[in-house]
Amino acid sequence: MMTKTRFARWGISPAAALLALSVPVGALAPDRALAAEETSPTTGKEIAFDRNLGNCLACHAIEGGDSPGDVGPALAAMQLRFPDKAKLRAQIADPRKGNPDSRMPPFGAHKILSEQEIDLVLDFLYTL
Amino acid sequence: MGTDMKRRVFLKGSLAACALGSAAAESISILASNNPVKNMSNEPSPAQKTASSGEVSMNKVMFAALLGVLVAVPVVHAAPANNAKATAYEAMPTAKPKATTPEDDLKLYRSYFIKKFPGLPLDEYANGVYAIDKDARDNWAAMEEFPPYEPFVEEGKALWDKPFNNGRGYKYCFPDGPAQNKNFPYFDKGRKTVLTLELAVNECLQANGEEPLKYGKGKMASVLAYMAFESRGQRTNVQVTPESMEAYNKGKQFYFARRGQLSYSCAHCHFQSVGQRLRSDLLSPALGHTTGWPVYRAKWGELGTLHRRFEGCNEQVRAAPFKPQGEEYRNLEFFLAHMSNGIPFNGPSFRK
Repeated sequence: MMTKTRFARWGISPAAALLALSVPVGALAPDRALAAEETSPTTGKEIAFDRNLGNCLACHAIEGGDSPGDVGPALAAMQLRFPDKAKLRAQIADPRKGNPDSRMPPFGAHKILSEQEIDLVLDFLYTL
Repeated sequence: MGTDMKRRVFLKGSLAACALGSAAAESISILASNNPVKNMSNEPSPAQKTASSGEVSMNKVMFAALLGVLVAVPVVHAAPANNAKATAYEAMPTAKPKATTPEDDLKLYRSYFIKKFPGLPLDEYANGVYAIDKDARDNWAAMEEFPPYEPFVEEGKALWDKPFNNGRGYKYCFPDGPAQNKNFPYFDKGRKTVLTLELAVNECLQANGEEPLKYGKGKMASVLAYMAFESRGQRTNVQVTPESMEAYNKGKQFYFARRGQLSYSCAHCHFQSVGQRLRSDLLSPALGHTTGWPVYRAKWGELGTLHRRFEGCNEQVRAAPFKPQGEEYRNLEFFLAHMSNGIPFNGPSFRK
């Protein structure tokens, strides 16, 4: 598990990092490239728990995660709830398609996570 | 300076309201237990549930209805060219635009919070999240007893009392004295723009040959802290006139528009999810959001203004922030403050 945020490890303030993250897709690419050079979280669980990546715990209770939020439903029995894995993936990639008022970020559509990271998170969710 | 006396009066009010705060906290848990979102059984996601079962929570229905009526302005958020970055991830409000009057908006907006926190008096909303967070409230009340913003109020008073180079002072621009919060923000018909207290302070300085103060923090925040302190007990009273409808609607649209990489609107957190937790932080009610400024935030370690907090909110959803006192935030303040009409000013205040 990471002890520091990746922003801190780059030696920039979170505010500056957020500014960098707020620029359009093209300009995001260097950030992602830089992130890849670091020892980035590699498991779905790490990506899901990392505050700067999935940060799923901000809204969802997940077994093994500390101080979860309660804006979204607890992530449990995911295979039962989403027998169709593609549907769960679509929900992560752009929840606004299923519910226009959704409060869940569009992790795929806005490139908050890479396609590969979404796949890893998806596999992790299926273990819950 | 009478500082201590005023503080005591203020605290008496807030402590008396503690009991009501706890009643509200109970009502939150009751609401939460009825909320399908919290249900851990193997149900479809809330989105699927809405579509399939037809059994939707009261909160959801209410929010959808409100969004439909409140978002009266056409959907596309045209950001100015100098802030093109912010538009990259902006989506739009989803409901069909419907024209409503500010009075209707206010009624609807209030009814949502009244339903959500039954029994919570309107004045309590001036205390932000501490109106609904019983656990955090005790710590907060303790902080307010020896408030960290006090030195800034003193500094603000010194700045207020210090004559300008031309011999005049703030009193020349504000003949009624420093208790000005009840007069702001307002729409200036002649200039066709929303005037905030910060703008008025800087215009006073510039009209008298002084350097304007930087917005957001520092001396500006201290001057505002003194003025807010002297304004305690005054109530928000924003008038939306036909001339100011455009500014009002722009503010409203800003409030309900998704923005940033995370694609959140202000309303997603402080309206739709109010009282729920992000990690361990309870989301504060939008009602009353304009009344307690400037704020000494533990996170900042100093005072900041409302627009500084707007910047922080935009950054948190990974959107490029707008300029403090730029047109976007002034319109947003105008809309938000109108929704808080009748709620007392109690700034400066302490926040985590």
